[in-house]
Order: sequence, then structure tokens, then C-alpha cells
Amino acid sequence: MNINLTIIGQAIAFAIFVAFCMKYVWPPITAALAERKKKIAEGLDAAERAARDLELAKEKAASNMRESKEQAAAIIEQANKRANQIVDEAKEQATEEANRVKTAAQAEIEQEANRAKEALRAQVATLVIAGAEKILEAAIDEKAHAQLVDKLAAEL
Amino acid sequence: MASGTVTSSEYIAHHLTNLTFGNHPDKGWGFAHGAQEAAEMGFWAINVDTMVFSVGLGLFFLWLFQKVAKSATAGVPGNTQNFVETIIEFVDDNVKSIFHHKNAMIAPLALTIFVWVFLMNTMDLIPVDWLPFIAAEMGVSYLKVVPTTDVNATAGMALAVFALIIYYSIQQKGVKGFVAELTLQPLGKWLLPFNLFLEIVGLLAKPISLALRLFGNMYAGEMIFILVALLPFWAQWLLSVPWAIFHILVITLQAFIFMVLTIVYLAMAHDSH
Repeated sequence: MNINLTIIGQAIAFAIFVAFCMKYVWPPITAALAERKKKIAEGLDAAERAARDLELAKEKAASNMRESKEQAAAIIEQANKRANQIVDEAKEQATEEANRVKTAAQAEIEQEANRAKEALRAQVATLVIAGAEKILEAAIDEKAHAQLVDKLAAEL
Repeated sequence: MASGTVTSSEYIAHHLTNLTFGNHPDKGWGFAHGAQEAAEMGFWAINVDTMVFSVGLGLFFLWLFQKVAKSATAGVPGNTQNFVETIIEFVDDNVKSIFHHKNAMIAPLALTIFVWVFLMNTMDLIPVDWLPFIAAEMGVSYLKVVPTTDVNATAGMALAVFALIIYYSIQQKGVKGFVAELTLQPLGKWLLPFNLFLEIVGLLAKPISLALRLFGNMYAGEMIFILVALLPFWAQWLLSVPWAIFHILVITLQAFIFMVLTIVYLAMAHDSH
């Protein structure tokens, strides 16, 4: 075994070979590996994002539900209040109406009674005159004694 | 250029000789001095360089992958994990597309074969004189750095695969089924001896072709590098650089072929005909 320039020649060849690999063989391999790594990272990212989105959506759904329940409760309460109010108003109106009708009826009754009294008075006057006429046998002048008779009738 | 005390043929022979340790009939236990002594040691000798480099590279593979497996995360992988995952995915895809039975051993086996053969082949790209030179400085007279240029290494792997083929053939089909497969086809029971001959040849061709294909390719490749090293030193790069670049393809392809054929053979062992 003797050492000579062959070993230098091989060193030159090896250096060129390594340079070639660095320039043309290595980059595509590392690029492919980097690409794979990127894809994995992206996939994991997407999964994580999806999980987070799901969590958010769940939370949102829950809060929507809660809000709707609250709204529904508020609406029901309002409706109840309004119903009570309407009943109260109706009661009040009915009472008022009843009172009004009662008052009107009383007034009418009074009026009617007064009218009856008037009519009675007028008739009494006539009756008295007729009675007196009968008694006095037309001796009394109707016109002359009208004042007297009226006075009498008014006293009734 | 190898000149002076060493002729071209001596240079080539030197580079193609393994460091063999064994029992020489005349000299007793020790390292063989040259191919002839190694041959005289007969079967009971061992190629130390092949063993050291193949086991060393195997350990490197195990160390690297085990390290990554231990610290593997389900999140974004680090650079090493990313690289290892890519290889495993590649092997796994191949296994899934070829092997359709249920066997948890095939994918790890394929991965080991692929990476190990690839690493052993990669030793080819180191300039042919560098490691032997260092070894010579340290007093080791012979060193063949590419284990797959030693037919012992490739045949050893092929034999392991062959054992698995036999094992799974019998495990899946039973002794009876396996024997039936060897004797009753393709021509029916009346031509049983002929069938047996055909099937035995077909069966033995699997490990032999596995071993010799890899060995032949790598040996020839190495041989070209050695021949190029005989050129004047300033001209070597003209041939050795293109050859090395081409060899990036060859070493990967040979590792891939060894892996795929192993999967195919084991899939055939699982199939019943």
C-alpha cells in the first residue's frame, strides 16, 4: 500500500461531489422535508382553530339560549302585568258605567215623579174646580175664582 | 496513480480483498495476508471489515431511529423526527401496497432492510482510498469499506429472508399445504417430480437473486471507482464525480429493490395458490 497523489485526486473528486450534492441533491430533499413539516403544522393549526371555533360557537349558542329565555320571561311578565291592568281597567269602567246608569235612572225616576206630581196637581185643580162648581152650582165665576183655586191646588 | 511498488492489478486486488480473520492451516489463527491466504482458511473465517461496518451502520440506524422514537411527539415534528417519519411513511406505503395480509413484522423488517442496505451502500460514496489509507496507517493491511460488496453480507441477509419465507409458508399453509404447493402445481399430480423441480428452483432463485443482485451492483460500482482511481489524479474527478452522482441513484434503488422484493416474497409466502 503506497500513498501518492491518488488520494489528492480522490479528495478533489469528493469535494466536487459534495459541492454537487449541496447544490442539486440536498435542497430538493430539505425542501420536501420543510414542506411536509409545514403541512403538518398547518394541519395541527387548523384542527386547533376548528376546536376553538367549536368552543366559541357552543358558548355563543349557550348565551343566545340564556338571552332568549330571559327575553321570554320578560315578555311573559309584561303580558301578565298588562292582563291584570286590562282587568283592572275593565272593572273600573264597569263600576263607573254602573254608577252612571244608576245616577241617570235615579234622575229619570225623580223627573218622572215630579212630572207625575205636576200632572196630579193640575188635575187636582181641575177636579177641585169641578167639585166646587158642582157644589156652588156654577155660581162662582171660573175666571174670578181661578186665582183662589190655583192657590188651593198649589197647596196640595 | 498507483505506481512504483504497486502495480495496477495489485492495487485493484488489494481494494477487493476483505480483512479476513481465521485459522490458516499453516500459520494458525490470525488475519489473512492477501486473498490467497483468506481462501486457504476455508469456510471458518470471518471478514472483519464487513462485520465491523455492517454492524456499526446497523447500530447507527438503531440508535438514530430509537432516539427519535423515544422523543416522538404528536405535534409538529423536529427536523430529525420529520426525516425519520418520511422514511417510515415511505416504507409503510410500500408495504401496504404490496403486502395485504396481517403481519406486524413485515413493515419493521422492510424498514430495517431498506435503511440498513442504504447505509451500507452509502459507504460506496466515500473515496475508495480514504478509509483503507487510515486503516493502513493504523496497521490494518486490508479494508473493504462497503459491506454490500462482500457477497457474505448480501447472502447473509438473503438467507435470513429465505428462512422467513420458509417459516411463513409453513405457518400460513401448514407443512401439508407448503408441500402441496411445491409438488402439485403447476402441472398437476401426474407430473409431480417435474413440479417439484420447478418449484424448488423457483424457491431457491429468490434468495440467490436477492443476494447476487445487490452484491453484483455494488461490486461493479466499487470496481469502477477503483478503476477511476488508477487515472492521473487531476483527471479522476472527470469520471468519478459523474459516477458518484449516478451512484446516489443506484444505492437508493438497490436498497429499495431489496426491500420491495423481500416484501413481495413474504407476501407470496402468505398467499395460498
